[in-house]
Amino acid sequence: MKKEFICIVCPRGCRITMDEEGNITGNLCKRGIDYVKTEVTNPTRIVTSTVKTIFPELPRVSVKTDKPVPKGLIMDVMKELSKITIDKPMEIGTVIIKNILNTDANVVLTRSCMIQK
Amino acid sequence: MDRDIIVIGGGASGLAAAISAKNQGKDVLLIEREEQLGGILNQCIHNGFGLEVFKEEYTGPEYADLYIKEFHKAKIDYLVDTTVIKLDKENDKFILFSSSLAKGIQKFTAKAVIISTGCYERTRGSIVIPGDRPKGVITAGSAQRYLNIDGYMVGKKVFILGSGDIGLIMARRMYLEGAEVLGVAELMPYSNGLNRNIVQCLNDFDIPLYLSHTVTKVNADEKNRLSSIVIQKVDDKFNPIPGTEINFEIDTLLLSIGLIPDITLLDSLDVEIDPRTKSVKINQACESTVDGLFVAGNALQVHDLADNVSKESERAGKYASEYVNEDLSGGININIVPRENLGYVSPQFIDFAWKNSEIICSFRSKKKIEKAVLRVVQGDKILINKRLNFVVPAEMETFGLDIDSLNQDDDITIDLEELS
Repeated sequence: MKKEFICIVCPRGCRITMDEEGNITGNLCKRGIDYVKTEVTNPTRIVTSTVKTIFPELPRVSVKTDKPVPKGLIMDVMKELSKITIDKPMEIGTVIIKNILNTDANVVLTRSCMIQK
Repeated sequence: MDRDIIVIGGGASGLAAAISAKNQGKDVLLIEREEQLGGILNQCIHNGFGLEVFKEEYTGPEYADLYIKEFHKAKIDYLVDTTVIKLDKENDKFILFSSSLAKGIQKFTAKAVIISTGCYERTRGSIVIPGDRPKGVITAGSAQRYLNIDGYMVGKKVFILGSGDIGLIMARRMYLEGAEVLGVAELMPYSNGLNRNIVQCLNDFDIPLYLSHTVTKVNADEKNRLSSIVIQKVDDKFNPIPGTEINFEIDTLLLSIGLIPDITLLDSLDVEIDPRTKSVKINQACESTVDGLFVAGNALQVHDLADNVSKESERAGKYASEYVNEDLSGGININIVPRENLGYVSPQFIDFAWKNSEIICSFRSKKKIEKAVLRVVQGDKILINKRLNFVVPAEMETFGLDIDSLNQDDDITIDLEELS
């Protein structure tokens, strides 16, 4: 059976088809092939969210997983993030949780957590 | 002191425009009304930014940070917490008045101005939703700001009206933060958001999308808080179909029903407006019908990708610099006329005084077309005749024209023909 996918790797959103033999067509770049392959075996997503801070000027700071994590673990990642409080100034890109839930992904800040005027 | 260029707004558009103008050696001042630079990017914590410009995928704050660092490196003058409240033009000079808590009212003058003020959200007042007027009905972008910047959840049982990208992204965001997201209703038979957002924001979390549906009743409780809504299927004339009512008990209705370019500052200037984009008419240099007044980013046309905002604004910064060197406006103009199936085309006209300019046209389709032919014609000359697949109103399309291949007499027409 032919299966259709909408690639979510980038905002282009290619319509990709995989046929019975596993041939993949419709992708504009090779990342589309990887996307469909993981989507049929172990779908993964980058998680983006915020964590709280002690700074009144920036009560929340944005974070992301630096690699996609298995879809089934998204809510568990959210639970881990809710335990975090940033209590000192940190630069964008700082790792705040290493190897979260043994997924091989780190949680990093996506915004500098200091007053930047 | 006279500035060469003043950029109004310090988001994706203003940062790119200011950096580009400064790189041309111009004396630039950027004025931002918020406390920090970055604009709406700071609350767009999801990823998907930067693929066009940097060939890497970033979140909104990361994308902003790259530009803010470059902006500081270029040592560009700027003011934050400062709102421009009036913009006038006298003779060849722009006169701006700004207001800030720290410095009160200030006056500035400049040879050219770039409007990078972004857009605002349509609210309940812009569409008709019958019923009560309770607390708990809020635009999706405001809810995004409360949640991602200030750290407040606006509700626990949420329904979303309109399938624009912010609505879809907020559906996922509210779900991840523990809210129950009961569904998204879209009046049109197709979504107004990017396809990838339907997949990763709704399908991933089994959030239903009700196409051809709208909210037909809003109910309040005795404390005037939102208690429930009714949605109904609509026919092809958008009239609700009796008997299709579905009731949802919710405490929050998020509205993602469209964005409108914010050009209120231009009220005092005699500038021509395009009712299709709800912004000003521009030439290929992003210059409006007022000489030296440039408009870019979402203040010009609502974009779906920040990368396109940056690229367009970079052009505006470059052309504004050329204008400061030499007033290039006032040449022969021809119009670019959108016709079959086109929502709008930008730029709206070509000014041949800008003879070394690059012409990049963007347009949106009025409807979803699986197989289309884009036909760009001037007089009896076909400039472009190209097949396009899966054209949707949610995705802006672009094409380029070579100014040297155009004649200076005939308007250019653009059609998007549907193939069966």
